[in-house]
Amino acid sequence: MLSIISIGIIPFMVFIILTHGYVKGVDIYSAFIEGAKEGMKTTFRIIPYLIAIFVAVGIFRGSNAMDMLIDLLSPLTNLIGIPSELLPLIILRPVSGSGALGIVKDLIEHYGVDSFPAIVGCVMIGSSETIFYTITLYFGSIGVEDYRHTLKAALLAYIVSVFIILFVVGLFYNVNIQIW
Amino acid sequence: MIKTIWFFMIVIGIIYGALTGNLNEINNIIIKEASEGVTFAIGLMGIMSFWIGMMNIAEKSGLIESISKVFRPIMKILFPDIPKGHVAERWILMNFIANMLGLGNGATAFGLKAMKELDTLNPNKKQASNSMAMFLIINMSALQLVSMTIIKIRYDYGASNPSGIVGITILATLLSTVVAIIIGKILEGEEKC
Repeated sequence: MLSIISIGIIPFMVFIILTHGYVKGVDIYSAFIEGAKEGMKTTFRIIPYLIAIFVAVGIFRGSNAMDMLIDLLSPLTNLIGIPSELLPLIILRPVSGSGALGIVKDLIEHYGVDSFPAIVGCVMIGSSETIFYTITLYFGSIGVEDYRHTLKAALLAYIVSVFIILFVVGLFYNVNIQIW
Repeated sequence: MIKTIWFFMIVIGIIYGALTGNLNEINNIIIKEASEGVTFAIGLMGIMSFWIGMMNIAEKSGLIESISKVFRPIMKILFPDIPKGHVAERWILMNFIANMLGLGNGATAFGLKAMKELDTLNPNKKQASNSMAMFLIINMSALQLVSMTIIKIRYDYGASNPSGIVGITILATLLSTVVAIIIGKILEGEEKC
């Protein structure tokens, strides 16, 4: 059922938009071209920002400086109840989507697909975003350089959401409701 | 803040790489990631143009306007700075809906369009407006309802009920979005400009 929806959603939207436009007498072809041209221009504008963020994340991860950060943080995070096996994922998730997905696969392989760390990992992928990429991309596209409180709020919300996820998954896990 | 983070990520990475004799790896990373930035944008270009093209049709036919009327009361609370009926509101809404449905790059296309419209309302072009901040804070709290990628991975690894985490993920997503909105509103008041 879910997969039918996810396969069908894009063709369905395209179908609705085109039919609605056609019925309303919009010049659909030139409207499409006009919009698509704008899409091209926007993509060009974001390239420098993408390079900036990709290189920084690449160096930080590839030099193993991130692993060092995780080692430094783990005594502290253990203290506030974050399981140390989940720390790499928590640090990496706002920075790299594909990297986070790789860690979740590791968690599944190591602890089992229905284990607590694996479930937390899966939920985290679904309910958080690659914050750094999104913020540089969106602000970069219009040349805003002073983000004001945006990044602080997003990171704060992310930290709170990590605890929410740990709590919610823990709740279901401890009362042993077998929904997975 | 992003300046500082960007600076430290690179500088700490290089220092750490030098200390651990890993400098050659950093050379490779710079070359690889710089071109990755370009490849990524080019990969994005096609689908992004497609969706903005599609949405331009939906905009002209009045389809987006009818959808956004339904959500106007909520939008008014979240984005009080946007004048009633301004196009920015519609693109923000399209971005949220596309995100919920998991359209990925389609959502990005609408989001960038929303930023462009918000920019026209912004008196200070170099500085983020309250609406921009709130829009991104909600966006970055994640809105996607069902992640097919995760269900697929769980299926591949033989989970007894691969889609069993959907409910819990939606609950977590909902709670974290509410938290994000509250935090956004609080910090917005602290940093008056």
